[in-house]
Amino acid sequence: MADGPVLELQGVSKSFGAVQALDGVDLEVREGEVMALVGDNGAGKSTLIKCVAGIHTIDAGEIRFDGEPVRVSGPKDAAALGIEVVYQDLALCDNLDVVQNMYLGRERLGPLRRLDELAMEQTARETLKGLAVTTLKSVRQTVAGLSGGQRQSVAVAKAVMWNSRVVILDEPTAALGVAQTRQVLDLVKRLGQQGLAVVIVSHNLSDVFEVADRITVLRLGKDVATLRVADTNQQQVVEAITSDAPADRRAGIEVAPA
Amino acid sequence: MSTVVEPSPGQPAALEAETLSDAVRARLRGLRGGELGSLPILLGLLVIVIVFQSLNENFLSPSNFVNLMVQMAGLTTIAMGIVFVLLLGEIDLSVGYVSGVAGVSVALLLFQDGGELPGPVGIAIALVIGAAIGFLHGMIITKVGVPSFVVTLAGLLAWNGVVLLLMAGKGTVIVQDELVVGIANSFLPETLGWIVILGAVGLYGALQLLGLRARARAGLPTPPPALLALRVAALAAIAVVVVWFAYENRGIPYVAVLVVLLLVCLSYVANRTRFGRHVYAIGGNQEAAQRAGINVDRVKVSVFMIAGTMAALGGIIFASRLRSVDTAAGGGDILLNSIAAAVIGGTSLFGGRGHVKSALLGALIIASIANGMGLLGLSAGAKFVVTGVVLLAAVTVDAVSRRGRASSGRA
Repeated sequence: MADGPVLELQGVSKSFGAVQALDGVDLEVREGEVMALVGDNGAGKSTLIKCVAGIHTIDAGEIRFDGEPVRVSGPKDAAALGIEVVYQDLALCDNLDVVQNMYLGRERLGPLRRLDELAMEQTARETLKGLAVTTLKSVRQTVAGLSGGQRQSVAVAKAVMWNSRVVILDEPTAALGVAQTRQVLDLVKRLGQQGLAVVIVSHNLSDVFEVADRITVLRLGKDVATLRVADTNQQQVVEAITSDAPADRRAGIEVAPA
Repeated sequence: MSTVVEPSPGQPAALEAETLSDAVRARLRGLRGGELGSLPILLGLLVIVIVFQSLNENFLSPSNFVNLMVQMAGLTTIAMGIVFVLLLGEIDLSVGYVSGVAGVSVALLLFQDGGELPGPVGIAIALVIGAAIGFLHGMIITKVGVPSFVVTLAGLLAWNGVVLLLMAGKGTVIVQDELVVGIANSFLPETLGWIVILGAVGLYGALQLLGLRARARAGLPTPPPALLALRVAALAAIAVVVVWFAYENRGIPYVAVLVVLLLVCLSYVANRTRFGRHVYAIGGNQEAAQRAGINVDRVKVSVFMIAGTMAALGGIIFASRLRSVDTAAGGGDILLNSIAAAVIGGTSLFGGRGHVKSALLGALIIASIANGMGLLGLSAGAKFVVTGVVLLAAVTVDAVSRRGRASSGRA
């Protein structure tokens, strides 16, 4: 599957009661590619992520992985496929340390069903090192004591430790300072360079333009445009996000996936 | 990559310390940052001992010490179950009367004219009843979504009723089974006592040493061996003093061995198993635990079953100590003291923070106060007031140290 997209969504719809959160969304992401998902508040970005992560089940449409249609009916299904999500609110436990968080729900066991702390600590260290996360003083300190950037790095490291192939980041730089944002953006770029398929959700277009290869714009639950970063500019993206008239695909804004 | 060096809040990362002095420094830094550990409890215990000993010289006598061990055993057992519930961020108000139901069940099942079941069978049935009650509470809490406070409050009333119904027209039932009575009223022969305690300390030391060597082999930072030696030596010293002191009088009661065994087993469950890790995770951030694929409901139901089983065991210990049960079984201050013990021992009411050993430490404080006030011949009223003040002091220390942690970035 070297050429085709790793993850592909076709006509995905999801409604909550009377609210149509997603309406026939198409999306695809390839290995080594950073795909940005942008849109205004309520455009359906978070819902889309949760559908891929198995937290919501989709009403209609199809999710394909490596070209094969798959059913994702829970976080474990998504993880088994190699899809990992780093949530906006991080989903880390403050009272647990870095290693414990990275292995949460997938702890390694030794003899007597005892937690294999040594193996977990070693792998966690190697993963953090591989991502050049060097600011952690100790992998045995609790997450409560970490800065926002460090927490985000831990959350990302947690996601990539599982031979995952698709990593989805929800607003990874929201609420971070300048230096910490830089830290996280570098990390995102590194993920793409390591051959992962990355989906990044962000409000910050300058961040998006820095790390992404392609941009998919959602508005009111529809994917209204897919743009190649090299061929577009922030002005066009803002228009696609905000304009009332659907961004005119025939006008050549959309670039057909290569 | 810009390596922004964060101003690092000094987590007492003893694992990473190179030498003993590093470890001491890390601990001091932790203290200033609000990581008090067991320090306030040990200081409190010291104050209690000094006050009561100066008022009544029998407080620190071997016979009173043996009494204290027996008095605190039931409370400690129930409080260990409560620790698990508190770690989840839930509460169980029913443990008092669940212990009553179990105690009454054992007494009635083994009643000479009635059941005449063998002792172990009676005990097993009572434990299963406790687990089943916990299962029932847990299922209502998780599947129906009623808050644990309300479910177990209803349990408090209902199980009190069950105690009264079971004891209807009986008044007091004497426990005659040797096994049940022996739990709290028989003592280890002196040589056996020494063998057990020295064996336990030796085992602890050996396990610590093995762990240290495994870390070193794996190329991970190791705690300084001197710190480890110090810890083992301190434990050995406490153990030797306890055993020597106890055998100046009647000796170590079987129930004390049972409590220590429970402490070791439940600490293992809490800190070394996947289940225990998930309990802490749910208490820390339930949403995160859910997203990590943890079956939150199953963990919660299991924890309420642990609380129910431990409450039942506590009830059996109470029945053993009094050699009888009556209509008041499981009532009085049992519930509040067991929750207070867990909290005084350092387990947070807000979930995710605490240790099984806090049940033992907290129960030691509460039982010491009750014991000391009893020696002084003070009323139950005075006892409640003092226990209340101690509880308030413990929670205040926790709240203040939490503020310390928050200001040093470790909320």
